[in-house]
Amino acid sequence: MLTVTHYTILSAILFAIGALTFLIRRNPLIMFMGIELMLNAVNLAFVAFARFLNNMEGQVFVFIVLTVAAAEVAVGLALVVAIFRARDNVDVDEIDALKG
Amino acid sequence: MPFTIPEINLVPLLPALIPAVTAMLIMLADALLPGKSKRWLAAVALLGLAVSAYFTFTLYGTDQSAFNNSIVANNFSIGICLVVIAGAFITVLLSIDFLNARNLDFGEYLALLLGAVSGMTLMALANDLIVIFLGLELLSLPLYVLSAFWRTNDLSLEAGMKYFLLGAFSSAFFLYGIALVYGATGTTNLELIRSAVDGTSNMLFVAGIGLLLVGFGFKVGLVPFQWWIPDVYEGAPTPITGFMSVATKAAAFAAFFRVFMIAVPLTAFDWQTIMALLAVVTMTVGNIAALVQTNIKRMLAYSAIANAGYILVALVVNNAEGLSAALFYLAAYTVMNLAAFGAVIALGQGDRERLTMSELSGAAQQKPWAAAALAIALLSLAGFPPFAGFVAKFFVFGAAVNAGYVWLAVIGVLNSLVAVYYYLGPIVRMYMQPPAEGWQQTPARTPALLAFAVVVVVLLTIGFGLFPSELSQFAQAAVK
Repeated sequence: MLTVTHYTILSAILFAIGALTFLIRRNPLIMFMGIELMLNAVNLAFVAFARFLNNMEGQVFVFIVLTVAAAEVAVGLALVVAIFRARDNVDVDEIDALKG
Repeated sequence: MPFTIPEINLVPLLPALIPAVTAMLIMLADALLPGKSKRWLAAVALLGLAVSAYFTFTLYGTDQSAFNNSIVANNFSIGICLVVIAGAFITVLLSIDFLNARNLDFGEYLALLLGAVSGMTLMALANDLIVIFLGLELLSLPLYVLSAFWRTNDLSLEAGMKYFLLGAFSSAFFLYGIALVYGATGTTNLELIRSAVDGTSNMLFVAGIGLLLVGFGFKVGLVPFQWWIPDVYEGAPTPITGFMSVATKAAAFAAFFRVFMIAVPLTAFDWQTIMALLAVVTMTVGNIAALVQTNIKRMLAYSAIANAGYILVALVVNNAEGLSAALFYLAAYTVMNLAAFGAVIALGQGDRERLTMSELSGAAQQKPWAAAALAIALLSLAGFPPFAGFVAKFFVFGAAVNAGYVWLAVIGVLNSLVAVYYYLGPIVRMYMQPPAEGWQQTPARTPALLAFAVVVVVLLTIGFGLFPSELSQFAQAAVK
């Protein structure tokens, strides 16, 4: 029998994988995929809690999160393209002019 | 399952709606107008901000709520909205000649700026975690683009990229916090969360609040979530840096204060001690790192971190006096920090800026008025009387002492003393050293609008310091 605890733990694991992807990988596109995984972990948690609490709000929030994630993708990809045009390389370790 | 349609009352949402509508009008006009006349879009933006300031002001004292209590226009949120709108107004004035000199597009810039204003006011009005999240994203997405707006400048692109990646990362934490709080309490409304928690501690709830703290800490720039601030503030176009440092801070702190003061009972999670420690670490790290900076934008970024620490002291106090002190501090910080960034823009020439300490040398001989404005802004930030910064610090630390946090006030005052050293650095350079190489030629006149905006914020910096009672009465009435 699957309970809400299982879903919560699964979403925590997905969230941690996403966060580790962000921290370990150096390509902004892959880092961004990590962020998307984190957001989807949140969606899973929302849906599981909504089912457990018998409360529709959580499922509505998922739509809000999806919309925001789509807007974030649009901005993020535009920034990656702008950087790629300017320097033909998007490795975040080489984007290091600002420091101190 | 019964589902009641909430009553639709758009009036409390006007501070967020009017900037959003103005942004859309500007985007539309941008597509229709011929190239040369686009600078008139700035007048549209200023008009939109003035109208929204007027309607925001009419909401003062009415204490309305809307959308099933997820938007609350009480006097504190109205005060924060006014600070944000006033900051945006000054920023538009500071931007016009900056954009002209660099040949940047007006329409997109102003539309994005107003979009960010809409998100900030929404965040200040929000009484529900999901609405706070929407406001947070609505303010962050335009700011990512605005940071990278000077597309031919590598530093600006880099700032946008770093801000975007770290901002999206922190939003995910914030959102996961909302999900856990929702799982623990079954609601996202701040007042309902408080009654659902009812003083009992719960692992899920505490974990959720911890993640929310990470998200807020990132946005307002608390140590250890501050690493993005210096890079983004240095790389972003200077008017945007000024706008981010004051308006984002005001909006994020408004939501931060509201979430913790309303939704999180101390019996469920003793956040006062954690906040006190964060405040001490934040102001100390910010001030010490600022000591060794050679770029004035970077120095002001570390100063912004230190100031976040001072404002957090008001949250530790956790009463009406602290809240009104925070409102006063945010208003004063807005005028003096915009004065500093405006003066930095005014000291520049064409598309060049005097940013490093060596470039600032001798600036007072060539641009005496702009140098004087920067000197006044920095003295105010350092907390010298009779400027706004002194009164603001006095109220925050006074509230801490009255609430029994004498040790916190003492650490804050010691920190302010350390800060005097780096705030005085640029002033000494400007007034006591010969002009820097490459900057000896006679400078062009400062453009009129830019000069006007700087004069206004400098006068407000002095005015808030000499006559603080009007503003402080407003701030005290706002939290009754």
